[in-house]
Amino acid sequence: MPDTRIKDHWREQRLFVGRTLFAIVAAAVLLLLVTGRLFYLQVVKHSYFAEQAQGNRVRLEALPPDRGLIYDRAGTVIAENTPAYELELTPEQVPDVAGTLRRLADLSLIDPDQVAPLERVIRSGRKFEPVPLRLSLSEADIATFAVRQHEFPGVEIQTRLARWYPFGDSAVHALGYVGIISEEDLKHIDRDEYSGSALIGKSGIESAYETELHGAAGHAEVVVNAQGRHVDRLGGAPISLESKPPRAGNDLILGIDMKIQQLVEHALAGRRGAAVAIETETGNIIALASVPGFDPNKFTRGISNREYAALRDDEDRPLFNRALRGTYPPGSTVKPFMALAGLEYGAIDPSATRNCHGVYTLPGSSHPYHDWKKEGHGAVDMRRAIATSCDVYFYGLAETLGIDRVHEAMSTLGFGQLTGIDISGERPGLMPSQEWKRKTYKQAWFPGETIIVGIGQGYLLATPLQLAHAATIVATRGKNLKPRLVTAIRDADTRAVKPIPSVAGPPLTLNDPRHWDVIIEGMEQVMQPGGTGAAAAKGAPYRMAGKSGTAQVFSLGQNEKYVASRVSERLRDHAWFIAFAPADQPKIAVAVLVENGGHGGSAAAPIARRIFDAYLLGKYDDATPAPVVASPEPEER
Amino acid sequence: MLYSDHLNSSTRKTLSRTAQWLRRLHLDGLLLGLLIAVCLFGLFVLYSATGQNLSQWLNQVERLLLALAAMVLLAQTPPSWLRRASPVIYGAGVLLLLIVAVHGSVGKGAQRWLDLRVFRFQPSEIMKLAVPMMCAWYVHERPLPPSLRDALMLLGIILIPAVLIAKQPDLGTALLVGSAGILVVFLAGLSTTVIVTGVIGLGAALPIAWHFMRDYQKQRVLTFIDPSQDPLGAGYHSIQSQIAIGSGGVFGKGWTHGSQAQLEFLPERSTDFIFAVIGEELGFLAQLALLVVYLAIVARALYLSVGAQNTYARLVCGSFALTFFVYAFVNTGMVSGILPVVGVPLPLVSYGGTAMVTLLASFGILMSLHSHRKLVGA
Repeated sequence: MPDTRIKDHWREQRLFVGRTLFAIVAAAVLLLLVTGRLFYLQVVKHSYFAEQAQGNRVRLEALPPDRGLIYDRAGTVIAENTPAYELELTPEQVPDVAGTLRRLADLSLIDPDQVAPLERVIRSGRKFEPVPLRLSLSEADIATFAVRQHEFPGVEIQTRLARWYPFGDSAVHALGYVGIISEEDLKHIDRDEYSGSALIGKSGIESAYETELHGAAGHAEVVVNAQGRHVDRLGGAPISLESKPPRAGNDLILGIDMKIQQLVEHALAGRRGAAVAIETETGNIIALASVPGFDPNKFTRGISNREYAALRDDEDRPLFNRALRGTYPPGSTVKPFMALAGLEYGAIDPSATRNCHGVYTLPGSSHPYHDWKKEGHGAVDMRRAIATSCDVYFYGLAETLGIDRVHEAMSTLGFGQLTGIDISGERPGLMPSQEWKRKTYKQAWFPGETIIVGIGQGYLLATPLQLAHAATIVATRGKNLKPRLVTAIRDADTRAVKPIPSVAGPPLTLNDPRHWDVIIEGMEQVMQPGGTGAAAAKGAPYRMAGKSGTAQVFSLGQNEKYVASRVSERLRDHAWFIAFAPADQPKIAVAVLVENGGHGGSAAAPIARRIFDAYLLGKYDDATPAPVVASPEPEER
Repeated sequence: MLYSDHLNSSTRKTLSRTAQWLRRLHLDGLLLGLLIAVCLFGLFVLYSATGQNLSQWLNQVERLLLALAAMVLLAQTPPSWLRRASPVIYGAGVLLLLIVAVHGSVGKGAQRWLDLRVFRFQPSEIMKLAVPMMCAWYVHERPLPPSLRDALMLLGIILIPAVLIAKQPDLGTALLVGSAGILVVFLAGLSTTVIVTGVIGLGAALPIAWHFMRDYQKQRVLTFIDPSQDPLGAGYHSIQSQIAIGSGGVFGKGWTHGSQAQLEFLPERSTDFIFAVIGEELGFLAQLALLVVYLAIVARALYLSVGAQNTYARLVCGSFALTFFVYAFVNTGMVSGILPVVGVPLPLVSYGGTAMVTLLASFGILMSLHSHRKLVGA
């Protein structure tokens, strides 16, 4: 249908003006809507969005502190921080993460077992933050990587500070080591203090003194752009930011003398054993050895699963701290302590003699308890009984005292108790009593069990540290100082060395101080001709007081004869020796254990002698008698 | 007194001389002043928004001068010539759109550009001018308000290029082209019943439109409804833009000191999201001032269109004025989070030459249509 209307210009004009007015009003309303929205964003919610913008751009970056160093008593550094070459991967620059990791594993630059876990770490992290693939690279690794670097975009070698133990496995059981912070560690630490730190003390001093060594993390505010990159200018103007520098960890100074430590370890090399040497006046530990050890540097630089399994499954148990955690029957080393108990309870006159025929029987029983010397020692008084390690004398003494009095007296010397050393992990051993047996086995105590405790066998168990501590108590005539490894702390800021005062437990006060003289004289006679340790003291320009011990690893029938050569090596007796010197003015006390070493007098005593020569005379050479392998002939037990 | 009189008269003389010049050049002084004010403000903001990139800024100055030249040139064109050329320009535009659809060069994942060896240009930009001109040409000879039949014809004229552009896909331009045409129909006085029915019909057509949308377009709509659902993905633009504006406060953080903009948390900071930079660095008051100037431009342009000499001129002028408003509203609404993210620049401020040239060209045409009127009844 054709349009028959004609154009009416005035009407059209009016219509147009109407529409225009409507449009301009609508436009004003819509812009008012936008204005309202802007008002809401910029005025009503301003502080919220201001915070959001701030959170967008400012990030806190952790500045990890330098870990404190550890020195021995002579000022030699035994734990330090050295630059290590770290292999790092920046995810955003790597086109194929999985493939890159696989090719790095093919070049043995990373552990093949680590490929999957590393991939997980990379995927969960931020794309622009480098992920460490390996904590330390050898020169050979660096060379391997350098020639192929172009094949690995986004993978770089970076230098960072890592823990380094220049003495390797020496004193490792005292020092401990640091390792990667684990899930478990995270529960105990203040995460802010550890932001940026990769390592934490895992054992020994490194763990016990973690708070001193670690220091405090600092932080720096950094401004990042949308890609996460740092920027230092905004619109041409430099940005002012807050930062707090990290506070380095404090240095530790130990009582350990690394020369003596190494001498002990050298003497024990190839064996399994432990030795603890204590400065009697302070309780400072001069040497704390557990052999075999392991190289802690493996842990600080990321130990592979295979390496760790090898250490864990080694039958010599290098990870095991024998000095603190190895509990052994102390054998005859307890005899001086038994004698002291007898004197204190007035149970025995030290000059009274007992006839030893080589066998002891309880009254009303026919069960024979043999002396280590088949023919017996004849008439022995207390000093002689200690010097010759007469078993029969101490069988009788133990029977006279009874187990509970033995328990009470020995407990005051630290048996069955923690010494309170300043690192964790020590074990209390076992000092049995009637009550203990009732509780543990729900059984009555048998008199025969007391007899063998008298010579340090049976239920009685002690650690090398405990025996060194007990020897120290005797040497100081009752001072009960806690053994400690760290003697002073050097403040990271002021560089001032603050000594840590010795901590004393309740002193052991005897009813009659002359009782000390009796047992110390007995221990001196051990080192004199006719005593079981005489050979080790030969030619010493100072007087030694000691006691040997030979602890049975497994029980023989009472009528069987122990012949070392017939017994497999691991079942041979443990050799013990405790001693202090100079006997008249003691400065140092030691306990030495050689597992399956045989006889204390021949296997362990020479090591004690070498420690004394080194500490008292400054003789660090091998002139003194070297330890010998257990001889096939029976010796004191 | 004497001195002041003298000053007044000399000022008046200077003003009247300027007015004469402007009249001779067929330019509207007030409108020109407002446009140039926005352009200069845009250049000021752009220097900061490009991250103080001087070469980009100079580029924009160059384009602005080119656009101003185009405006002045178009203002000299006789209106009858423009009217007669309307169907030709429209036809050529549709043809070019078809060519682009077949083998256009690919820019930003969408086929928009036609490579003419010498320069590349977007035929869709021409349609922003050609569609309202074509619509106005169509109704010019016909009595108004348009009949239903005419309305359907006009719908066809609008939809053909709009659909071609939307298919490129360039939703923002399709929207602007479509609205420019529809505004002509609206200004022509199409009965409100038809308009209301159309709006309802459009609402019904939305599900169908949804079906034809690209995934990213669907995502934008979903994100508009709830930006926090995907804060690092599609919602990122909207969230960061609102943070930028909100953190600016009443007075802003200072020119070149907006962290959202300068550290590139704000995407498309110099182009589609430059309004957020204004909000962050210069604050609420500056944004408000800009909106007021925009409204003044629209109002002045509408006022000029009312005085245009014939139906064609009135409709084209009115459509151009309101299209300018659509630009401003859609962009500021999108940046402030009350509209979904659509690629529409902030008029005369966003970086980019095409929109700048098109907009100033439209104002050139507007001034031509207004100033060449025969003073009927005066």
